[in-house]
Amino acid sequence: MRSKNPLRFIYATPYAVWLVLFVLAPIAVIVYYSFFDLSGHLTLANYRNFFSSIYFKLTISSFWYAFLITFFALLISYPTAYFLTKTRHKQLWLLLIIIPSWINLLLKTYAFIGLMGVYGPINAFLEAVGIGSQQILFTDFSFVFVSVYIFIPFMILPIFNALDKINPTLLDASKDLGANAWVTFKRVIWPMTTDGVKSGIQVVFIPALSLFMITRLIAGNKVITLGTAIEQQFLVTQNWGMGSTIAVFLIIFMFLIMILTSGKKGGIIK
Amino acid sequence: MKGLMSSAFVILLVSGLLMFANYQLEHKAGRAGKDTITVYNWGEYIDPDLLKQFEEKEGIKVIYETFDSNEGMMGKIEQGGTAYDVTVPSEYAVQMMEEKNLLLPLDFSKIPNVQHIDPYFMNLPFDPNNHYSIPYFWGTVGIAYNASLLEGQTFESWESLWDASLRQKLILVDSAREVMGVSLNSLGYSLNSTSLQELKEATDKLETMGPNVKAVIGDEVTQLMINNEASVALTWSGQAADMISENDDINYIVPNEGSNLWFDNIVIPKTSTNVEGAYKFINFMLDPEVAAQNAEYVGYSTPNTAALSFMDDEITGDERFYPDEEARKNLEVYENLGLETLGVYNELFLKFKMGLR
Repeated sequence: MRSKNPLRFIYATPYAVWLVLFVLAPIAVIVYYSFFDLSGHLTLANYRNFFSSIYFKLTISSFWYAFLITFFALLISYPTAYFLTKTRHKQLWLLLIIIPSWINLLLKTYAFIGLMGVYGPINAFLEAVGIGSQQILFTDFSFVFVSVYIFIPFMILPIFNALDKINPTLLDASKDLGANAWVTFKRVIWPMTTDGVKSGIQVVFIPALSLFMITRLIAGNKVITLGTAIEQQFLVTQNWGMGSTIAVFLIIFMFLIMILTSGKKGGIIK
Repeated sequence: MKGLMSSAFVILLVSGLLMFANYQLEHKAGRAGKDTITVYNWGEYIDPDLLKQFEEKEGIKVIYETFDSNEGMMGKIEQGGTAYDVTVPSEYAVQMMEEKNLLLPLDFSKIPNVQHIDPYFMNLPFDPNNHYSIPYFWGTVGIAYNASLLEGQTFESWESLWDASLRQKLILVDSAREVMGVSLNSLGYSLNSTSLQELKEATDKLETMGPNVKAVIGDEVTQLMINNEASVALTWSGQAADMISENDDINYIVPNEGSNLWFDNIVIPKTSTNVEGAYKFINFMLDPEVAAQNAEYVGYSTPNTAALSFMDDEITGDERFYPDEEARKNLEVYENLGLETLGVYNELFLKFKMGLR
């Protein structure tokens, strides 16, 4: 208690009310519902059900695709962010990358149905260069591709900020001390941007676990994530208990990922 | 701090003004008043011109809202806070809504036009004596195919969907009962089967169809078929009618083993605040000329016998969309299987989808 100013509590009120109403209460409701079966009896059957082969397999495949999406998003975003910090009008270039993320996700997804179609421009190009037209839509490739596209701005932003904050004199110092480009990257740049990379992974991996419209529109339901399963349980099967149970596990996974990716700050000194 | 306070104040003021304006607008529109009714229908399921005709004729304003699934519609009505006067559930949903006490019984003396409905479509098992519902449109589940992209397959049997020539060509609808139904029908079982043994057999058979499946999607299939992007689709008759009207190469067939016969039905939900207005609307929609105009616009089949004479022979004579009684013998209406069994269907369907590559 640094200050005894009673106003402090008043300032905290909006946040506290928000937290209780829109974060804690919904989670409590989800946990509560997860203990009931279809006929409203208190039960643990939903949890037993979750570990049955089908939902367990679903979880594994969700994690696998979320991993692929995060991996490729990072692979593309890191060099892009690095390049951006080197350009002259970096804020402008950054803006051009951010703007597409303001467009509704569903609209962008529908656009890809046209782009990737049998008679779409991508296939027309493949035809022209002699590869021949391919079935692109409704494959796991198209799913990962579109998801990576959608998440890239969210990955670039924190990495860009981390890179941009690096004091250029540190890089000069590294060079003066005899480090080559690779060593400078490994020992100076990378350690100073791990926090940016970690928050990038958080904002990509967690939503990727529960993507659901893209699985239908782009992957034709050949890829199914935890998000799809939750949607089905609530809207089609009307089994709110089972839907809530899957959601509880999703929340647990999210916390685990938060813990894994937050870690200690720094890491500059090896 | 001062800047923060003043911007907070401005935001509050603007939100307050917007709220006030919105309230005023909605009240002017007379939401849930005496001379308005609220109609809650499927998307693309009425000729909008008819709403205007009704408003002029009866002096009742229609607020029109749409839904895209029975479950979503039922959820909204069950939770209350809405004032829907008329809605259009499918047959199994009528049964579920009745069990949950969400419907008002119909007084036929206020709907004289009900006499135009084909008796064949009245008094069906999901609503004996039409206590709560009157059929609005009906149709079948079948196969839409584009002959120009195929090698002469005609799909007289469900078995043909398993044929190796359809590798990565078939599009299925993302709905458990329709897809499980294909497999159940091909095995000669009932579409309403609750036997775990039969369902297991149907799933095993369905899984062998996997290599043929290109995608499992929703309404997007219409556009894919029209654009020649897909050649075979499991779909509803009205959706097939939409495809055919845009692309002449497409045909629709209900395989011989039988299929699903479905109905969407007009009901008055418990939430109604203008029951008299709702009756007037229902009676208006059942008027033969109105029903004919509606059916030509929507593309599904009307159960209104008198309306058929106002329609183009080319439509009403089309056996694909107006199968005769003989052809209807093989068709089965969905029963409400209960949430427990519905869960089993969906879990098996999920397993099937997860096995797709």
